[in-house]
Formats: sequence, structure tokens, C-alpha cells
Amino acid sequence: MTRTQLRLALAFLLPLAALGILVFFLLNRGHTLMGSPVPPVEKLTITRALFRPQAIEVRVLNNGPIPATVAQVMVNDALWEFSAAPSATLPRLGQTVITIPYPWVNGEPHNIGIITATGLKFQKQVEVAALAPSPSLRAFGFFALLGTYVGVIPVLLGLLWFPFLNRLGEHWFDFFMSLTAGLLIFLGLDALKEAFEVSGRLPDLFKGVAIIAAGTAGSFLLLIAVSQKLSKRLTGRSAGFLLAYMIAIGVGLHNLGEGLAIGAAYVLGEVALGAFLVIGFTIHNTTEGLAIVAPLTQSKPPLRHFLWLGLIAGAPTILGTWIGGFTYSDPASVLFLSIGAGAIFQVVREVIRYRARGTPLLQALGTPVNFSGLLCGFLIMYVTSLFVAA
Amino acid sequence: MVSRREFLKYGLGGTAALGAATLAAGAGGQISGHAPASSGLGHSVMIPKVPRTLGDFNPMAFLTSFDYGRVQRLSDGTTLREYRIVAQDKEIEVAPGVKFPAWTYNGTVPGPTLRCTEGDLLRVHFTNGGSHPHTIHFHGIHPANMDGVSEIVPTGGTFTYEFHAEPFGLFLYHCHVMPIKAHIHKGLYGAFIVDPAQPRPPAREMIMVMNGFDTDLDGENEFYTVNGVANYYAAHPIPIKAGELVRVYLVNLTEFDLINSFHLHANMFRLYRTGTSLTQYEYTDTVMLCQGERCVLEFTYKYPGKYMFHAHQSEFAELGWMGFFEVTNSTGVV
Repeated sequence: MTRTQLRLALAFLLPLAALGILVFFLLNRGHTLMGSPVPPVEKLTITRALFRPQAIEVRVLNNGPIPATVAQVMVNDALWEFSAAPSATLPRLGQTVITIPYPWVNGEPHNIGIITATGLKFQKQVEVAALAPSPSLRAFGFFALLGTYVGVIPVLLGLLWFPFLNRLGEHWFDFFMSLTAGLLIFLGLDALKEAFEVSGRLPDLFKGVAIIAAGTAGSFLLLIAVSQKLSKRLTGRSAGFLLAYMIAIGVGLHNLGEGLAIGAAYVLGEVALGAFLVIGFTIHNTTEGLAIVAPLTQSKPPLRHFLWLGLIAGAPTILGTWIGGFTYSDPASVLFLSIGAGAIFQVVREVIRYRARGTPLLQALGTPVNFSGLLCGFLIMYVTSLFVAA
Repeated sequence: MVSRREFLKYGLGGTAALGAATLAAGAGGQISGHAPASSGLGHSVMIPKVPRTLGDFNPMAFLTSFDYGRVQRLSDGTTLREYRIVAQDKEIEVAPGVKFPAWTYNGTVPGPTLRCTEGDLLRVHFTNGGSHPHTIHFHGIHPANMDGVSEIVPTGGTFTYEFHAEPFGLFLYHCHVMPIKAHIHKGLYGAFIVDPAQPRPPAREMIMVMNGFDTDLDGENEFYTVNGVANYYAAHPIPIKAGELVRVYLVNLTEFDLINSFHLHANMFRLYRTGTSLTQYEYTDTVMLCQGERCVLEFTYKYPGKYMFHAHQSEFAELGWMGFFEVTNSTGVV
């Protein structure tokens, strides 16, 4: 190591060393600095409740400032025996799984309460108790089916609009590209809204809003970098190809987040299945296929591309339901939803740029055709969402 | 787009529903009772383990402990009984592992069961060792200045309550400093028995003070108990003998809830409301008491075995107000 390198290293370490000394001082003498200490309050959060045969399995997180011990457990206001693994005492940020051999009733709401050694009570209300899927082959298959219905099939159906768009002719192209932008903006906002909703039930500790900001900005900027690298080499027809794939990737990332939320909600007992809603979702998500296929008009892509585009956009839903259903965590859900949102917004930018060809973005949107296309996009999303909103 | 949660509430239908139905198939058996032996359906399984003593408090000993005071015979033939009661802040264990920052008389919740005979002169020397002002307010007949309402005893202060015990019956005492709700739910109360001059027939006697604990201080009880520890007598059944007369002095000091109750299994009891009469009020198996009400119960078990007693409000029972009598026949066999 040369002298300059050594100096550089020392310059880097100096603030760290000073910080270490300060922390040491505060740990040892801090209480005298702060005056008489008010005892900190325990805080436990039940992050997940799973219903197993003859038992309820509850995951508890200590997101308070001090260690806490689970002393008693109650279900629907009845004290019940329980076992805790690894331990009933949770260090700060520690997790434990509490198993309660409670004869729960299928389809009914259940309130689970834990009481700490200092008598504080923390509760979780489960709306509908349903047997949690264990990672069996059958459960995998069930979630795959779910994802296929919600994600893959609708997107593929939407792609079938290609012949129609292709026959419309050039003058309609601007309109449908703006419409695509409208569809995608709606989708992106929805993903963001969903991310905020899930982050709302995250313990404060996880800083949900920071996750959303990082996920959205991160995926937005990353995709910009990727598209800049690729688009330099592509022009004309292949640029439309690239855009279609970019949209598919954006929609796919969005659907991953959506799948995660679906799988999780299923496991968390927020599910009562019925035929009506799968129909609504199929209609609604078909618009995603339309968005992907719009930039491909005026070209004659081989059939396999449609299959690929459909899978890229739709299959992540299946992956999402698996992850969400078997290893669900709220923070991961927030992250994936915001990554999806960022990706969608980047794709919107690409769509608008594609038509703008050098004119500023907002100016390109200002033309009557583009504007009405955008509005139609919103409208389609809004109306089809009514099918699901029940 | 649409909220995924709304979506899921209404369901996925068709094939998906089929899948869900197969997944959920096991759950139906939960209700119809095909539960394996290991399930939590039996009371004995459900009740948490409770240690015999919690800190220095043994509810089994408390059950049959009566404080008769320091006794002196006065020249006019009156019996003088002197009691010492100290209010103190103390952390107690109200359910296994759950600590409660209580205010106590003599370190326990409920406080000691004071006992005397009608006509006795009582002197209760009260010292307030707690962090807040307290008093002792006795039920029964006595002068206004002995009522423990206006003569508030500050931290470190003392007061001597002096009055004649009348009439006979089952009473209670508690702190009467405002806010009374706080002083009572924190634990400042106990039972006070005045025996009739002509004693009741000999029996196996026990005190049961029904109460609740609001451990997270939100104005609702987390635990309900008799004599201060949730599920204690369920984990440690009270031993009695078949044919033996049992007398329970039952006092309700539950805060926040309007009423509490006592139900005896597989038996009936003679009920003496407030214990102020030796004529039975009713022959029943369930009695309901408002906060502050109390009664004397007498019963005899005919058959040996394990019999439950509990609040007949199921919620209270399942939050700790549950117990057993273990009845043995005279040879000691269950």
C-alpha cells in the first residue's frame, strides 16, 4: 500500500472511529445525559396468521425498542395454550412463530391476541379463517392456475387485437399508442396505490414509503439505462419490437407484484372464491395485451413473438402467487409492487417518446389525437375495472 | 385497476374455486368434531400451566387464610381485634408470566381476609406505604369518620379505623380515593367477614374474591380470576371430601364489568345473600353478583370426582375465571 492509499484509507476511517467512540459513550453514559429515563414500551406485531389443521400458526415480530416476552395467548377472547419457536422472548427485531392448538372454525373471523410479560396486549383480526396451503404439488398447481387465469390468459387474449390494429392503417397508429400510454399510466398508478396500501399495514420499522420510493425510482432508472443501451442499435421496425418487449417486461413486473398480493391475500384469509370475479379480472387484464401489441403494427412479427410477449407479461403473475402464497412478507410485496410501478412509468415514457421522435414529451401529448387516445385509455381501464370492483 | 383485496373477497370462481375447495376440505372437520386427541378441545389441554406459588403469593394458602387480628379481651368483656394493613406498590403475577404493577394491601391482591365476630371492637392500623394517597373504606355499620372517604391518608401517613363489628355478614373493604375506579382495579380491596355471635355450623371454609386485571390499562380486563391468579384453581384443584360441608365466602370486586357470577357443577348450593341471615335465600347452582355484592354459599358433594366451578359468563371463564374441586371420599380415593 502506498502512502497516498494509506492516507485515503485513514481519511475514510476517521469519521467511523469518531462515531464508534460516541456510540460507546452514549451506551455507557447515555442515561445520565438524558435525565431520568422513562421506561420504553414494548411493541410486538403479528405479521402473519396461518390456519393449519387444528392449529393457528402466528408469526410475531418485535418492532419495539426493547426485548419482549409473549406470556399469554388468547384466541377470540379465550386464553389458550401455545408453544413458541425459537423462543417466547423476542430480542429487538427478533421474530418467533407461535403455534396455538385452537379448534378454529372454517370461514369465520378470528381475533388473535398476545399478552406480554408486562401485560400489554397486541392483536390481529383475521377476517376469514381458511386452511393455509402448504407447499404441496397440488397447492403449487392451484396457484399456477390462479395466476394463469388472472395473468396469462387475459394478456394473450389482448394480443389477439393485433390483426385489427394492423388493418386500421397508419393514421390510427398515434391514437392507439396514446391509448396504450393511458392504459399503462392507469396500471402504474394502481400499482403505486396498492404499494401504499400494503405499506400502510407494515410496522413503522420497515419504512414502507422509503421502500416504495427506492423500488419505483430504481426500476424506472434501471430500465431507462437498459433501453438507452439497446435503442442505439435499433431503428424503425425493430424499434417497435423493442418497445413491445419493453412494455411486456413492464407489465410483467407489475403482474409479479399483483400475483404476490393475490397469493398473500389468499393465505391471509381475505379470500372467498366465486365465479364472478375471475370473469371481471379477465376482461380487465385483457387491456394489458392491447397495450403490448400496439407498437407492433405496421410490422409482420412471427407468431412466436406473440407467445413470448404474452408469457413475459403474464407468467410473472404465477411466480408472484407462489412467492406470495408460500413465503409471503409485506415488505417484499411493497418492494415488488413499487418495482412494477417504476417499470410501468418508464414504459409510458418510452411509448410517448417513440411517437414524439424528438418533439418534447408534453407537446406530443398535446395533439388532439394523442390526447383523446390517452383519455380513451384511462376510460377503458376505468370501465373494465368496474367489473372487478363489485 | 382494482384492489386485489376486493377482488379476492369476491373470489376467483370456476376452476379456481374448485382448487380452493379441495385445499380447504380439511377445515370442515374442525367444527364437526373429528379432532385428534391432541387438539385443544379439552379444558385440561387448554388451561396454561400455573406454578403453585407466584412470587411469594400462594393462592391455595390464601383460599383458607383468615386474619383474626391480634386479640385482647377488654375489661367489659368485649373482644378487641387489632389488624395492621400497609398499602404498598408491588408488581404481582396475575397469570403465568404476566406481571401487573399493582397497588396492594399487605402485598397481595386481594388483600388479607379480615375476620371477626359481631360485637367485636376492631382497630385497623393503616399505613400508606404506596406512592399515592389511599384509604380503607369498610362496608358495614360505623361512624362517618371511620368510613375511609374523607380522611385521606397521604404517602407515608397512618390512620387507625376503630368501630364495632356489626351486623354479622360478609363484607368487603377497598380504597375510596378518587379516581376510585383506578384505586380498585389496581388491587386495593379485600374481604371482611363478620361471624354471627352464634357461629355457623362447622364447615370447610374458603374465601373467593372474584376480580379482573386490566394489564394493558385500556379500561377492559385482560384476565379474570378468583383470588388473583388466572386459572389457578383449574391448574390446582381444591381438595375437598365427599359428604363434607363446604362454605364459600364469595365476593365480587371485578372492575369495569357490571357483573360477575359463580356456577357450581354437578351440585346445588344454599345461597345466603350478603351472609346477613342464617336462613337460606335460595337453593341454586348459579349466582350473579354486581360489583361490590357478595354472598355465602354452602354445599356438600355426594360423589367423588373432579367438578368444575366458574363464572357463567363464558368469556370470563375462558379468560381465567375457572377452577375445580377435587372431591375424594373419606378414604381419600378419588
